[in-house]
Order: sequence, then structure tokens, then C-alpha cells
Amino acid sequence: MTALGKLLRTTAFKLTLVYLAIFVLFAASLLGYFALNTRRLIDEQITSTVDGEINGLSEQYEQGGIRRLVIVVDLRSRRPGSSLYLVTTPTGEGLAGNVGSLEPGVLDHPGWLETNYRRLESPEGSDHHALVRVVQLPGGFHLLVGRDLEERERLFGIIAHAGQWSLALVIVLGLAGGFFVSRRVLKRIDAMTDTAQTIMRGDLAGRLPVAGTGDELDRLADHLNAMLERIEALMRGLKEVSDNIAHDLKTPLTRLRNRCEQTLRHPAGDAAYRDALESTIAESDDLIRTFDALLMIARAESGQARDNMIEFDAAEIARDVGELYEPLADEKGIALKVETNGAAPVRGNRELVSQALANLVDNAIKYARPDGTVNGTPTEVLIKAGDEGERITLSVADRGPGIPDADRGRVVERFVRLEQSRSEPGSGLGLSLASAVARLHGGELKLEDNHPGLRSIIALPRAGPAGTG
Amino acid sequence: MRLLIIEDDRDAADYLVKAFREVGHVADQAGDGEEGLQLALDGEYDVLIVDRMLPKRDGLAVIGALRSKSVETPVLILSALGQVDDRVKGLRTGGDDYLAKPYAFSELLARVEALARRRGSRGEETVYRVGDLELNRLSHEVSRAGQEVQLQPREFRLLEYLMRHAGQVVTRTMLLENVWDYHFDPQTNVIDVHISRLRSKIDKGFAQQLLHTVRGAGYMIRDGAR
Repeated sequence: MTALGKLLRTTAFKLTLVYLAIFVLFAASLLGYFALNTRRLIDEQITSTVDGEINGLSEQYEQGGIRRLVIVVDLRSRRPGSSLYLVTTPTGEGLAGNVGSLEPGVLDHPGWLETNYRRLESPEGSDHHALVRVVQLPGGFHLLVGRDLEERERLFGIIAHAGQWSLALVIVLGLAGGFFVSRRVLKRIDAMTDTAQTIMRGDLAGRLPVAGTGDELDRLADHLNAMLERIEALMRGLKEVSDNIAHDLKTPLTRLRNRCEQTLRHPAGDAAYRDALESTIAESDDLIRTFDALLMIARAESGQARDNMIEFDAAEIARDVGELYEPLADEKGIALKVETNGAAPVRGNRELVSQALANLVDNAIKYARPDGTVNGTPTEVLIKAGDEGERITLSVADRGPGIPDADRGRVVERFVRLEQSRSEPGSGLGLSLASAVARLHGGELKLEDNHPGLRSIIALPRAGPAGTG
Repeated sequence: MRLLIIEDDRDAADYLVKAFREVGHVADQAGDGEEGLQLALDGEYDVLIVDRMLPKRDGLAVIGALRSKSVETPVLILSALGQVDDRVKGLRTGGDDYLAKPYAFSELLARVEALARRRGSRGEETVYRVGDLELNRLSHEVSRAGQEVQLQPREFRLLEYLMRHAGQVVTRTMLLENVWDYHFDPQTNVIDVHISRLRSKIDKGFAQQLLHTVRGAGYMIRDGAR
């Protein structure tokens, strides 16, 4: 497609043409209306003046006969202007007036009519157009009074002229504007297309240009950029997963393999074989668990788990999970409390949300300092279901060591375990799963300082209309 | 107990047949969906173990065909697809239990035995008795040797499930699924703590322990005197 062809096909240009047509039509009808009314107005004015003059002249005739009439008409004919007068004998011979010649038969028809005439002072000149009224006076004389229509015609000429010019101007400017706008839009779209092509070639870092005008193209570009951001994050996630699998699954696999090899190399009797096999099974169970968690995160992140979304009460989940973990906390000397405040309706995958919350509680219990107090506060873990109007929050607060500010973003990533927690059992996937589940539901996982300790919050969009609380 | 294993992986099937034989059960095997369906229709089995992905006829289709012919033999679905929605789909088709691969044989055995016993189950009984432990399902009263035992609602359900399967091994995941309705794996073994709490309420102070831990498998409630 040629550049011009492309330009002419743009939506902007087509819109320009439509607008142009509408505008031209509108302007033409406006001018037409204006012209028509002006003409009527002028005609009315002429008829009323002419009627007045004829009345006056008829009176003169009645009072002073034809002689008086001739004198008055003669006098008036000498005045410059567009007024026309003619007095003739019953046979049509001119007695007075400024009309040289008329179209034949005009005088025989009393009343109004438009006709061509020639002026007396320029009999060789061109025909003029006039609106005249002819009356037959008693005695057979004809009296003609009229107005030259040159002014009216000049006015119409001016209107027509203006109309033509403005029309031409509108069309030229409109087309030029259309071209300009289309070219601008086209240029931006082309830039977007170019970027899209680079991105498709595999460079996910590219972003669509945003002009900063806040118009619809900018909004589109913004949204597409947000989408690209998400895609890039997903791709990065995918790469991370494969890297992580390589590292965190291969490491235990290597350990497993080494142990088997070593057992084979140093035969030490049935008991040793048994030990080795048992630890192999335990290790492979851990591997399966890690693998399951990874699959689940991947599923949650890709949005596949969006089926089976139902409406449920997050407060109930808080109570259930609290109840599940209460004995465990109790055994470790931690007071586990659940605080709910009315129903907290959420739409989502109940199982996944339960698991996410369970992971947070599990962490809290794992890292809470057992027994005694921390800075005067008794060691406790508080599970809370909150209703913040738009959002429903499930939070777990502990009095453990917390997570330093700098690490809070990092711990959500897969397999990240802080140095001090390396000794605790766990896959390092708990927070990643909680975060993935929150995102799947259109929410987020927030980690905050509990002074001291950690408060992890799963914020989810509220289902149904917001409550009063 | 007679079992039918419909599984296309011959090694896995052989292993299962052998393992079930060792614990005293008879197991047949079928390598694809068609053969499995024929055997299941002809033979008298107590439990069917069906792999989800099978040649010729998909596992779920086999179950669907059986159920449409009013064959109500309990079915346990084995599948590599272990997510919640896969499980829901499997159970909706007519499966009675669902176990994701890879699994421990002890888990499979416990579930299969639970399924087999369910037919002549104690589901209708009002009062469960194990030794001198009594649980009334209607009044929600529990007593040991005539003395009332106070239980939390969840502890009651836990004991109820254990007693319904008295004499059988019940695994931790079975408890989590049936008592808590959770299908995920809590990282720490919370079930153990619940069990030890329950044990302290029903066994503490009695010479005869009823709630036993089965090493490497799970728990079992049984009257040790018998």
C-alpha cells in the first residue's frame, strides 16, 4: 500500500470527510436560508415603497390632472437612485419618466411584475432588471413605478461569492486538517506497530511510545504497556521457575543420588540400607511437595485456577485455619488468636485462599519466638479477617523477628529464604504461593512491620456491595 | 479383598499387584480402558483403582460407563493431575476417592481399604463403640469407660471419622480431606498435634491405649484387647 493510500484509509481521514460533508451541507443551507430571507425582505421593502409612491402620484393626478403628474414624475425622475418612473398616454407614448424602453406588453398588464428595461439616459446600455407596478389611471394613462433590482442582485452576487469562497476554504482546510491529523495518528500508530514488531521478535523490554497528551491513543498505549509489563513479568517468572527448578530441585536430587551411591559403595548391612532408603523416601516426598507447590503457583499465576470461583466468607476461613493451627501454636507456647468482625464476603477459590492463609500462619508460628514476651508483649499470633469496604483483608501478625524493609519485596519470590531462616524446614514457597493466590483474585500480599514482628496481609476485592462497616 | 487395577504403566501396575498381594489382597490388572471396563463389568471386585489417562478409553469415561450401567463398585482415581479442580472433576464423574501421583503405597492401601469397608459401613449406626469408648453421633456425646469426655466440635468430627474406620489405617491426608475438607498439604504436620490432643482426652489415664500411631502411614483407632 502506498503511503498516500494508507493515509486515505485511516479512520481519522474518513472521519474528516464525513465531518466535511456535514459541515458543507450545513453551511450551504444556512447561506440559502439567509439569501432567501434577505430577498423576501428586500422585495417587501420595494413593494411597500412603490405602493406608497403610486398612491401619492395617483393623488397628484386626481388633484392636478395629467399635467401635474407629468411635472412631479419628471421631477422625481431626475433624482439619482434606483427608482423608476414612467407615465404614458393610453397608446403608450412616454410623457415623463426615466425609463427608456421596456419589454413589449408590460404596460398592458396592470399589477406587479419583474421585467427588463433600459434607462432613458443610456438607451444603448445593457438591460437592467427591475420590479415594477403598472396602474391604469382614469383617463387611460399608464403609470409605472418600480425599483431597479441591481442592488438586490449585487447583494446576491456577494453572498454567492462568499459562499463559494468559504466553501472552497472549508474544503481545502478540512482536507488539509484531515491529512494532518491522519498523518499524526498514522505516525503514532506506525511507531506502535514498529515497537510491537520488535517485541514480537523477542525483545520484551520494548514499550510503546506515549505522547503524554492523555488522549485515547495514549490510554491505549498505557494499557498495552501495562499488559507488556505483565507479560514480561510472567516470562521472567517462567525463566525464574526454570532456573529455580534447576537449582532447588536439582540440589536435593543430587543429594539423594549421592546418598544412594555412597550406600552402595560402602555396604554396611541391612540397617544401613534401610536407613538410606528411608531417607531417600523422605527426601523424595519433600521434592514432590516442592514440585506440587511450584505447579500450584504457576497455575495460580497463569490464572488457570479461575474456574471453581465461588463466593465465600473470609472470616470463616480465618476461623477454620485458626482452628487448624491452634493446637500447634499452643504446643509451641504461642497464643493463637482469631479476630473476625462480621462476614467478609470474597469471591474466589476457597481452597487456594485457605492454603495461602495457612502458609502465612505456618510461617508466623514457625518464626514466632516461643514462650515469654518480646519487649513486654506476650508472644502471640493474631489472625484477623477485616472488612475495609472495597477490600477484604486476611492478616496474620506475629511477634517474631520480622522481615527487614529491604528484604520484604524479595521474600515473596520463589525459593527465597533469608539467612536466619535457612535452618527452619520449608521450601521457601509459602509466601510466593500466598502472593500468587492474592494476585489471582485481583488482590495483593502486603508485608508490614508489626513492631516487633511481621504482619502479612492478603487483601482481596470484596464480593458484592460494600457493607456499612 | 479383590481389586482391579486399570493402569497402562505396566511397571506401576505390577508393583501394585505385588504390593497388594503382600498385604493379603487379590489384584487383577488391565492395561487399557476397554479391557478394564470389560473386566470391571464381568468380575466381582471390591474396589477399582483407575488411572485417569488410559489408552483406548479415558479413565473418567470408564467410570462414567460403569456408573451408567449401575455398577456401583467403589472407584479410586489415580492421576498425575492433582489440582483441586482435577479432583473435583474426577469425583463428579463418579469416582469415590482421588489420589494424585506420586503417592505412598501406605496411603493408597489405607484409602482402598476405607473404600472397601464403606459398603458394609457403619455409616448408619448411631453409636460407635471401640473398647470402652463410645461416641453418639446424634447427641454428640463421647464417653470412655462410662465417663463423659468433653470434645471440641472438630475433635468430635476427628474422632467420629477415626471410629467409623476403626481397625483401619487412616492417613493424615485422609483426615485433612475428610475432617477439615482441605486438599492441600500444610507444611507443618498440624494433624499430629490435633491427634495428640485428642489422645490426651480419650486415652490419658487409661491403661488401654485406643488411638494408635501407625508408623509411616497414619493413625488407627482399635481395641487393643481383641
